[in-house]
Amino acid sequence: MHLALQILIDGFAISSLYALGAVGFTLIFGVSGVLNLSHGGIMVVAAVVGWLVAGNTALGPWGGAGLGILAGLATAYVTYFVVVRPIQNSKAIPHNETEIFVLTGTLLWGIMIQVGLDYLFTDNPVTMLPLIKGVTNIGGVRTPTNEILLAVISWIVIGLLWMLINRTRTGKALLAAAINPRGLTLLGTDLSSIHFLVWTVYGLLAGLAGVLLASFLGTSTANAGDLTASAFAIVIMGGLGSVSGSVLAAYIVGYIETLTVYLISPTLRPIPALILLVIVIYLRPQGILGRR
Amino acid sequence: MTLFKRPGFWISVLFAIVAAVGPWWISAYFLGVLTVAYYFGVFAMSWDLLFGYAGEVNFGPTALIGLGAYGAAMLNFFYGVSIPVCIIFGAVVAVVGGLLLAVPALRLTGPYFGVVTLVAVLLLQNVIVIFAKYTGGEIGMTTQSVLSINTAVNYEYALGFLVICTIILYGLSRSPLGLILQSIGQDATEASALGFNVTKHKIAAFCVSALFSGLAGGMMVFYMGTASVGTVISISIDVQVIIMAVLGGRRTIVGSVLGAVFIIMANELLRPLGQLNTFVVSGIALAVILFFPDGFLGAILHRRSA
Repeated sequence: MHLALQILIDGFAISSLYALGAVGFTLIFGVSGVLNLSHGGIMVVAAVVGWLVAGNTALGPWGGAGLGILAGLATAYVTYFVVVRPIQNSKAIPHNETEIFVLTGTLLWGIMIQVGLDYLFTDNPVTMLPLIKGVTNIGGVRTPTNEILLAVISWIVIGLLWMLINRTRTGKALLAAAINPRGLTLLGTDLSSIHFLVWTVYGLLAGLAGVLLASFLGTSTANAGDLTASAFAIVIMGGLGSVSGSVLAAYIVGYIETLTVYLISPTLRPIPALILLVIVIYLRPQGILGRR
Repeated sequence: MTLFKRPGFWISVLFAIVAAVGPWWISAYFLGVLTVAYYFGVFAMSWDLLFGYAGEVNFGPTALIGLGAYGAAMLNFFYGVSIPVCIIFGAVVAVVGGLLLAVPALRLTGPYFGVVTLVAVLLLQNVIVIFAKYTGGEIGMTTQSVLSINTAVNYEYALGFLVICTIILYGLSRSPLGLILQSIGQDATEASALGFNVTKHKIAAFCVSALFSGLAGGMMVFYMGTASVGTVISISIDVQVIIMAVLGGRRTIVGSVLGAVFIIMANELLRPLGQLNTFVVSGIALAVILFFPDGFLGAILHRRSA
């Protein structure tokens, strides 16, 4: 019983983080058709900056978290303006190959971020100071209050995003851009400003996910690839471009991983989720909640 | 034969001859570096056949390479079978494994096929680590025999292998099959309207790609004497192979070899930079993709046709 509750709590926290990381990833795919393989790198930038500021300045963990998120946002902008946009606008790249070039380009950029961070700061795992100290007792399971806080923050942010997309005019434009970009342009909306907006939202989300990850489990630059892979897997499973699908898939993957860790073996952590991913792709390639 | 009138053909022959006499003018150290580069050249060419011609992005070339490498290494390690048989066995394993992967996956289009291949790498990695008793796990396994202990001989083996693979793959890409694949890559609907079985041809391309990846994986194992996850089944190797093919010029087959030699040599020459080495190489590759998306060979060919 105790173990079941423990799995429930830990699984919830890790799944919330996965959801946060994956939502931004799926959003830029939905709106601008970009699969950003430097995603993990952006998260790690936020994590490392957060850790540096929280540990070495008077700003503390909250200041560190804030600056970490800004660093994530800045990196997302660089990714967009230096790597993604030039490839999308290039006349030398045939239209139907833009996708593979964006993938290769962001992959290379992700490697550059990772190695650059190793060189400038550290390749050791970093753990940010918790945002809140202390331990809360949930039905006999001693849970760090920080873990609860980060699940709450994740859900507030996902809620805000839902509001933005479904309840505001800007959000409607985002949805329209995902469904029919040409139609939106004909109605007089500037597509590049929509893309800029979606990259801003993405940068903030990825930065937040990176900072929270650093304060919860800690992370290292070596994780950048894994973080990209897990976001990718979640997004594919949930349905490319579907925000609610990504959230759902994040919980499925988060809980499967937690169950594997507690009940089978920590070394097998990624395997069941990967197998499930393959099954989903074969049976329902558009993902659980994806559109065709 | 128009082939003999093309300057590209004679330039390639010249390059091959200069490379063949390598042991007389290249230091033993760089012979070793080039040996690896030649095997990577075959990896990248196999990838280019699938991407450049059939238009399918295989994000996990090392799944095929790894199957070939481990198939060959395990047969040799447990049964002591001779090297050529092991390499052929490895290639068969790669083709069979590739078929199991590709037949369902090729029904999918767009990024999904790529995802399946990427996941295949991750799964294979984990399987090898879990069955450490048979595969050596994370440490890897040592083969009973090696191709040769002489650097120059190893170099010539790799070069010979590269040349044979280049001729076959280039020939294939210019054959009717290659043309059909190219048309499928450009417009699958129209190709099927012209009466070509798209799926069948894509599977054929995938098998050829798997066959050569597997052969090269097996050869490399017997060159190095070990097979380990880090050297034959890893996402970072996948990335390198893809970059080599794109950098050299996709849809050229031969360009992949240039890309492979460039990346491996750049990695080696920039070693004094330490950690920044990878940063600089990735930066160069990114710059090439941004400014010369057709790659080295593509840029030359375009200038001539323009």
